[in-house]
Amino acid sequence: MIPRPRPERFRLRRTMMFLSAQKPGLIKDAYIYGCDSIMLDLEDAVAENQKDAARFSLYHALTTVDYGDTEVIVRINGLDTPHWREDVRVCVAGGADGIRIAKCESAGDVRTVERAVLEAEREFGKEEGRTLLMAALESPKGILNAYEICCASERMFGVAISGGDLRKSLQTSPQRDGIDMLASRGQVILAARAAGIQCFDTVFTDLDDQEGFEAEVRQNKAMGFDGKSLINPKQIRYVHQIFAPTEKEVRQAEKIISAYREQSAAGVGVFTVDGKMIDIAFIPGAERTLKLAKACGMYEGDLI
Amino acid sequence: MKNAVGRDIPEYLLTGGKKVYQGKNYMDGKYVTKASPTTRIYEKPQESKIVSGLAEALRLCGARSGMTFSFHHHLRDGDHVVNMVMKAAIEELGLDGLTIAATSLGAAHDPVAEYIEQGKVVGIQTSGIRGRIGEVISAGKLKTPAVIRSHGGRPRAIEAGEVHIDIAFIAAPTSDCMGNCRGIGGKSDCGSMGYAMTDAKYADRVVVVTDCLVDFPNMPASIEAIDVDAVVVVDSIGDPKKIASSAARISQNPRDLMMAENVAKVIASTPNFKDGFSFQTGVGGPSLAANLFLEKFMDERGIKMGWSIGGICGPMVEMLKKGKVGKIIDVQDFDLDAVRSINTTPNHFEMSASQYADPANKGAFVNKLDFVVLAALEIDTDFNVNVLTGSDGVLRGAPGGHPDTAAGSKCCVIVTPLIRGRMATVCERVVTVTTPGDCVDVLVTDYGIAVNPLRPDLIECLDKAGIKHVPIEELKEKAYSIVGRPDELQWEDQVVAVLEARDGTILDVVRKIKPYTIEQ
Repeated sequence: MIPRPRPERFRLRRTMMFLSAQKPGLIKDAYIYGCDSIMLDLEDAVAENQKDAARFSLYHALTTVDYGDTEVIVRINGLDTPHWREDVRVCVAGGADGIRIAKCESAGDVRTVERAVLEAEREFGKEEGRTLLMAALESPKGILNAYEICCASERMFGVAISGGDLRKSLQTSPQRDGIDMLASRGQVILAARAAGIQCFDTVFTDLDDQEGFEAEVRQNKAMGFDGKSLINPKQIRYVHQIFAPTEKEVRQAEKIISAYREQSAAGVGVFTVDGKMIDIAFIPGAERTLKLAKACGMYEGDLI
Repeated sequence: MKNAVGRDIPEYLLTGGKKVYQGKNYMDGKYVTKASPTTRIYEKPQESKIVSGLAEALRLCGARSGMTFSFHHHLRDGDHVVNMVMKAAIEELGLDGLTIAATSLGAAHDPVAEYIEQGKVVGIQTSGIRGRIGEVISAGKLKTPAVIRSHGGRPRAIEAGEVHIDIAFIAAPTSDCMGNCRGIGGKSDCGSMGYAMTDAKYADRVVVVTDCLVDFPNMPASIEAIDVDAVVVVDSIGDPKKIASSAARISQNPRDLMMAENVAKVIASTPNFKDGFSFQTGVGGPSLAANLFLEKFMDERGIKMGWSIGGICGPMVEMLKKGKVGKIIDVQDFDLDAVRSINTTPNHFEMSASQYADPANKGAFVNKLDFVVLAALEIDTDFNVNVLTGSDGVLRGAPGGHPDTAAGSKCCVIVTPLIRGRMATVCERVVTVTTPGDCVDVLVTDYGIAVNPLRPDLIECLDKAGIKHVPIEELKEKAYSIVGRPDELQWEDQVVAVLEARDGTILDVVRKIKPYTIEQ
């Protein structure tokens, strides 16, 4: 069995690539494309009568493939199906880093899954609290309850919008400027930030429309999302490119952190960098920038 | 005797001055006396050279048992001509002891395997070998070891007289009554006829076989009537569907695209990636897709490709038409877009195999190549490449221009997935060395990039550009960790094929496969 380190609740998650757990040829080495997380799907990508086969292939992949630094999340079937409990057991037994709760509508849904995860961790002798959770918000009700969902568990690292069903419920369709999802995206970002967890935008499904994809990624970044769900490896590069900090931002963050360390060692709390007032409130942002820069190959220093 | 790539070559093969492979550029500065054919004088004007059929052409050319017949493979898997000629020679004229010297042989020539088993065909010389012929040779049924040469090594051997062609049979999409041939304008078009050119010049007798007779003179001619003894008109020289695909498409496979992008990144990181650079790539998934990414880098830097050579297909012609490439010099065409373009699109030229890749001539194009992107069946930790034998040791591949372009170019990039099915592509020791590791510079796989330690300059380029690379051993270990370490193949002593390096020395031999038995 390939040992995986304890999952990090907060880490870089610019790109989460969906792959059907039913396809061993795809999931055996999906990490080679360089996305931050892979999302092995037991839900919609797997036919109703193939759920069990998919779980076997998932378990085999989780326990025999070395995914390295790539985070491995599993999308389980909805709580209204007969499948989700067994899905949770296989995720925990295989040592997945996290579980994505499909069609989540309330804090209660998160807690239901959390209980099942804890039971499974005990059943399979895994470290309690190891398995992370995220929720997919796919209905107006889920979007409206975003804040309570984000706060529902210590295991929660993020929420994602799932646009397919949501647009139908909202009686809209994909628009070039993203106006169709504006209210939902805004609500989810507010909730995630208020709860202190991450948020991810929905997939862009038209692989031939590179221009539309790029516009949406730029908007995601501008709105404050941490990353995006993807359906094809060719989408990874652009997301990483857009989510990368600028050279100027990296240098600035570097200056802020080193100045802060010097000044606080000398007992100074507020100081200026390039004429701007800096205090401790700037540090998490600067650290995030450097982390991102490191992942993008733009920073090789040791401040982070 | 062990050669420069560590392969043991049996002494009995080293007769008549034959040497084992000594390393790249070993023959440089030595001399060769060229062979000359004995040809019939046609002083008296002829109205036409058309004869009634292949049997008559064979008789006219004095075909006898023990002769060597040559063929080109521009009709690829659609070729009918090899089979028709061999059938006429063996079944109508009753000849035997024949040798086939082809530029390549494939599944289209499965019937020849039968003639090998009957002992009627006793020698095979080729640059590629697939299908039943490969299987029967690997089973030890050919009387003499097959000789495998690269596309450049073959014209070299012909010019040096190491291969003497008694009769060359030239499949021609169009010909006039005197034997001026072209690769376009007929019903079985193949475009370039580059591989046939040396044969026409060096064979004693030349027979053109066409299914589309056109008015005299058929110009501009790829094969000239001055070299042709007879013209045979048949119903069909080939199956057009198998000669050229309608259009080579750039792969949409994400794995291919990722590798292709990395190939382009590697190329763009080197100093020779500048305005006017020269380039060759294959039509395989990641090789062809490399064009796409290379074009992006070219646009970014505002540079253009000076010229491109090799087997040509539509996407390259497209770049020529867009003005991104200055010239295409073409030895073979892979799809109909390329076939239609040759000699009609300005700056799309035809060339012979000798002009393309011959290591002994004075101006082969491969020697001016900046970059070549090539595939591999296997590559070992010394960067030796195998493109000839399968994992079971059976002949089923083609060195083609691989060793020539690798040796001539300034930067040879091999692109291949790390594993294929259950097989590790990056391995400890390739089954057969077809391109020596001293000619291979960079390996791009889906699991990482490795640079040949013989090229510290390239290592520096990659480092500067921030392109990650690892020692090739690491890739091999990764491959073995996934698919396991294969058992050694079991061979008998009999050598079934000799793999000649492009300079004529012996690079490797292929032995008869020991039938596999399950131990009790």
